[in-house]
Amino acid sequence: MIETDVIIVGAGPVGLFAVHQLGIKGLKSEVIDNLDKAGGQCIELYPDKPIYDIAGIPECTGEELTKNLLNQIKPFKTNFHFNERVQEINSEGDNWIIKTSQNKVFSSPNIIIAGGVGSFEPRKLPVKDAEKYEGKNIFYSISDKNIFKNKKISIFGGGDSALDWALELSKIAKVTLIHRREEFRGAPHTLNQIKKEGKVDIKTKFQISSISGQNKIESINIKNDDGKETEVKTDYILSFFGLIMKLGPITEWGLNMDKKTIKVNTENFETNKKGIFAIGDICTYPGKLKLILSGFHEGALASVECFKRARPNEKYRFEFTTSSKEIQARLGVKNK
Amino acid sequence: MPKITYIDSSGEQRTIDVQKGLSVMEGAIQNKIPGIDADCGGGMACATCHVYVKEEWFNKLPKTQDGEQDMIDMAFEPKKNSRLSCQLIVSDELDGMVVTTPSKQT
Repeated sequence: MIETDVIIVGAGPVGLFAVHQLGIKGLKSEVIDNLDKAGGQCIELYPDKPIYDIAGIPECTGEELTKNLLNQIKPFKTNFHFNERVQEINSEGDNWIIKTSQNKVFSSPNIIIAGGVGSFEPRKLPVKDAEKYEGKNIFYSISDKNIFKNKKISIFGGGDSALDWALELSKIAKVTLIHRREEFRGAPHTLNQIKKEGKVDIKTKFQISSISGQNKIESINIKNDDGKETEVKTDYILSFFGLIMKLGPITEWGLNMDKKTIKVNTENFETNKKGIFAIGDICTYPGKLKLILSGFHEGALASVECFKRARPNEKYRFEFTTSSKEIQARLGVKNK
Repeated sequence: MPKITYIDSSGEQRTIDVQKGLSVMEGAIQNKIPGIDADCGGGMACATCHVYVKEEWFNKLPKTQDGEQDMIDMAFEPKKNSRLSCQLIVSDELDGMVVTTPSKQT
């Protein structure tokens, strides 16, 4: 069991800055995220898109912001638990016990939920029986490309994943690339390469309409804009329609919810459960704005209450980073 | 105020007054219209406010930006008349517009 001052659920920008606000108060946090890296929506949805409303930073991309935040919290040597989702929360005295999808157990007086709009999951193929074949003949990510050797593969999507895998797998398999419009949003040079090599059968303005087969997929039907159907012999389907955010087990933790968001007290961003906080896009209160900058403020206030719960015998003292020797020591600042 | 009609996949119609300047998505969320999730809050980053716009209105709309088509690629059952409702700003010209929500958003 991992014991810590605060467990942060979600490694997006707001979760990362919460590490900082806790860290300068001398609190240790452990961060859990379902993705394989930090950054949350900034990395998954808009790594290259500019953000213009981070105070003091006229322009930066989601990726740059994430990098800078990670840099800013480096002194605190925080443990990140990636590819894990929080499954269960139970109380034990004044502490919360968290169990993750990898069966890791954490104990802490504080949980900060900075979960954005939920955990990211691949968008499923919108067709009957897709679930039945998932993991057998239908994949949303690839772990071993060798299973596709000499097989007939139908790839759906217009982004980089679809293009990259179409090009890669065309070396060992017969690939059909199916996309709903002529334009691809993936890198033009990959598409050009695919066209140059001429090994991939590209079918644009088509969408999937049905899957046929007995125990395994034998063929699929695709339909164009005019409703005309075409059969494509297929052993495996690879579907790359990006990621969707799902709230997951959070809804079962007994928190006061308002649709997909958690209600909080704006004094300390605590939920209806003592010691469970919600900050960033996932929290709601009158006037809430889903902005990164709001999430930073919410984390700062939550960190004060976390301190009181983690250090019940100490007095919280408000200090500035500019002048506090104690904070500067925690940040590893060498005093001149 | 312009009126916008939202029809869900079962055919149920709801016509509401939406303030000029709000998006069709915001009109739906503020009036608790089912079938529009708008997970990202209007950032053209999720495709869960996807709607089908009735043809006579579809042609009156400003064209999509690149990012919107990219997101519609990922929407559930996109069609020729698909739009993200967060990108449709209500104005007098759109008074009476009819949009249909897909059977699901994800």
